[in-house]
Amino acid sequence: MDFAFSEEQEMLRASARELMNDRYPPERVAAIADGGGFDREEWPAIAGLGWIGISVPEEQGGAGLGFLEELVIVEELGRALYPGPFLSTVVLGLEALRLGRAEELISDILSGKRIATVGWAGEDGRFDVDPAPKVSWDDERLSGVKLFVPDIGVSDLLVIVGGTAQGAGLWTVDRDAEGVTWRELPTVDGTRRQGEVTLREARATALHIDGPASLERLRDRALAALAAEAVGLGSRAIELALDHTRTREQFGKPIGAFQAVAHQLAQAFLEVETARSLCYWAGWAVAEGTPEASTAAAAAKARAAEAAVAACERAIQTHGGIGFTWEHPLHRYYKRALGIAATFGWGDSLRARVAADLLDPP
Amino acid sequence: MDFRDTAEEARFRSALRRWLQENLPEGWGSPGYQEPEGEARVEFYRDWSRRLYEAGYVGLHWPKRYGGHEAPLTFQAILLEEVGRAEAPEHIGVIGLGMAGPTILARGTEEQKERFLRKILTGEEVWCQGFSEPGAGSDLASLQTKAVQTDGGFVVTGQKVWSSFAHIADWSILVARSDDSGDKHAGLTYFLMDMHAPGVEVRPLRQITGDAEFNEIFMDSVKIPADRVVGEVGDGWSVAITTLMNERANLGFALTSRLDVAFRKLVTLAKATGTNGTRAADDPLVRDRLASLWTDVQALRFTNYRAFSSFLRTGVPGPEGSVAKLFWSETNQRLTKTALQIEGAFAMLGTGSDRAVEGGRWQNLQLRSRGNTIEAGTSEILRNIIAERVLGLPKSR
Repeated sequence: MDFAFSEEQEMLRASARELMNDRYPPERVAAIADGGGFDREEWPAIAGLGWIGISVPEEQGGAGLGFLEELVIVEELGRALYPGPFLSTVVLGLEALRLGRAEELISDILSGKRIATVGWAGEDGRFDVDPAPKVSWDDERLSGVKLFVPDIGVSDLLVIVGGTAQGAGLWTVDRDAEGVTWRELPTVDGTRRQGEVTLREARATALHIDGPASLERLRDRALAALAAEAVGLGSRAIELALDHTRTREQFGKPIGAFQAVAHQLAQAFLEVETARSLCYWAGWAVAEGTPEASTAAAAAKARAAEAAVAACERAIQTHGGIGFTWEHPLHRYYKRALGIAATFGWGDSLRARVAADLLDPP
Repeated sequence: MDFRDTAEEARFRSALRRWLQENLPEGWGSPGYQEPEGEARVEFYRDWSRRLYEAGYVGLHWPKRYGGHEAPLTFQAILLEEVGRAEAPEHIGVIGLGMAGPTILARGTEEQKERFLRKILTGEEVWCQGFSEPGAGSDLASLQTKAVQTDGGFVVTGQKVWSSFAHIADWSILVARSDDSGDKHAGLTYFLMDMHAPGVEVRPLRQITGDAEFNEIFMDSVKIPADRVVGEVGDGWSVAITTLMNERANLGFALTSRLDVAFRKLVTLAKATGTNGTRAADDPLVRDRLASLWTDVQALRFTNYRAFSSFLRTGVPGPEGSVAKLFWSETNQRLTKTALQIEGAFAMLGTGSDRAVEGGRWQNLQLRSRGNTIEAGTSEILRNIIAERVLGLPKSR
């Protein structure tokens, strides 16, 4: 048994944090979120760090590390509210291409030349696996509507998750190909923009996958990564609240000396730290492909998103009026946390699956 | 990071499982099994503790010279998990193993180590804790029990309360005021008190469940020799903190595996209980509650593991133990309350009713759980510790 990150993993975390502090400080993130969004010219720098292929084996052009290392980076990106397409391209897109053995596209993603995103939910907004949201695939042409496609504006490659009469499938299609229309939807969270894609007999390439098991793997990675983002940003929100309550004085003393304030933050800390434990467990289980990976990832994402949302709410409350302004960065943490909670299932729907795993053995 | 046992750990775990299976007391855990009462109960637990010791399962990480095994700390964690999982009886020396022993190991004299440690492990001597007083609970440093220095020792007079095992204990760890002239933290001294000494009187306290697990201890001019002081005279507060940090550090694994067992029983209850013709386990609200409780139990398990890793690195129990204890206590309260809700109106029937569900055990557990957020540091004190010691917020007092 060994429950701590290795020295190498901690070094990776430190360098990710340093890079984010340096290149994506809160005012920069604010400008991107409130302005035109992420500039795809900034993406190849991420490739240069070797982060894109972090969990891809060296012989396939990656860094040869694992999903736990990827999770460490994702947590730090969440902490910084990184507005780039890491979740869409690395956690989801690249893994989907690997599941479908699309070698040429994989190398284009690894080099940073192309950016991939994944269209999963249909018009009902559900990220189901079995059956996957319905699409139609006929004569090498793909049709259907995909909602909540992250980072659509900076992506040039779409991986479509869908279900047909033949079962679950994955397809690749160029975002700007004939038969594809797309638009960005105005999202509450400006740091991760969501899109809509309409495919009308678009020329697509079907990837060969192992049915729902492949989609489950993809979903579990997404859930564990979203949990890590939530833990990262939840911790940061608590730190902001601590900085404020240690220095802001009322009634002649720092407000953090009042238990009504301090205990809220102690509770937020407890919730985020216990969620962090679940997140690392889920990350390890997904990395190792253990039997509990799916249940663990669902439980971790449910709990981490709820902890992050609550931590932000407590941070806003303990900041008082300033925490409620657009000027203060807190609202962006809150909105990202709410976005994380809303994607790939809110806590209650994830718990319904956890309950089924626990109570209804096949 | 690897949550699996190493080969060595796996061997230890499976040998321990086998030993527990083969050695649990006759009838233990079977339906309708009644534990012995009174004196026979004490003998039963003493005997069980002795057998655990002889099999090599007590004091795993303690030094060999005091009866321990100097095994890796992970073995101790595995032991606590497996004993909890098997729902085996506890070693009688709960306070000795978790509080008195670690404190003597960390702060005691060589003579004290030689004298006391082995007998804690064997179960020959049972310990209790004399910290809280009627006027000093969370504000422990305000305690008033007096220790007056005399030739060759101290004379102690006062009253302690909420003391588990005191009615069967041979020894007590005791904090008393040896000097009331200065700061309240400065004048305290930490003693090892013979519970059989003249002037010690124990009265059981009946608690919310009707059981009497804990006691009051009255001390009337009890003589304690000078060599029964732990640490320096007047340094009792820092020794007491050593005890309390160990208390919380040791709680985690055993409590979590017992919680895991309780959760599985709750699932059994939800599957067996019908309301309006459907099983509770099919009710979406109950299912949400169960999934949430399961998540709590896993979160606690891995939070313990993380706290344990930092313990392994630093060698001292950290404030993470406060997070785990706080979270465990509230989870246990939610879990046992859920059982009552699943029972419906039958939650009104306690032990002694032939219509009570599972003999009324959940009612007993639920009432007992209210103590969890009070004992070993109230939730309010633990939140203060987290706020001040972990988060670095200014002191509230």
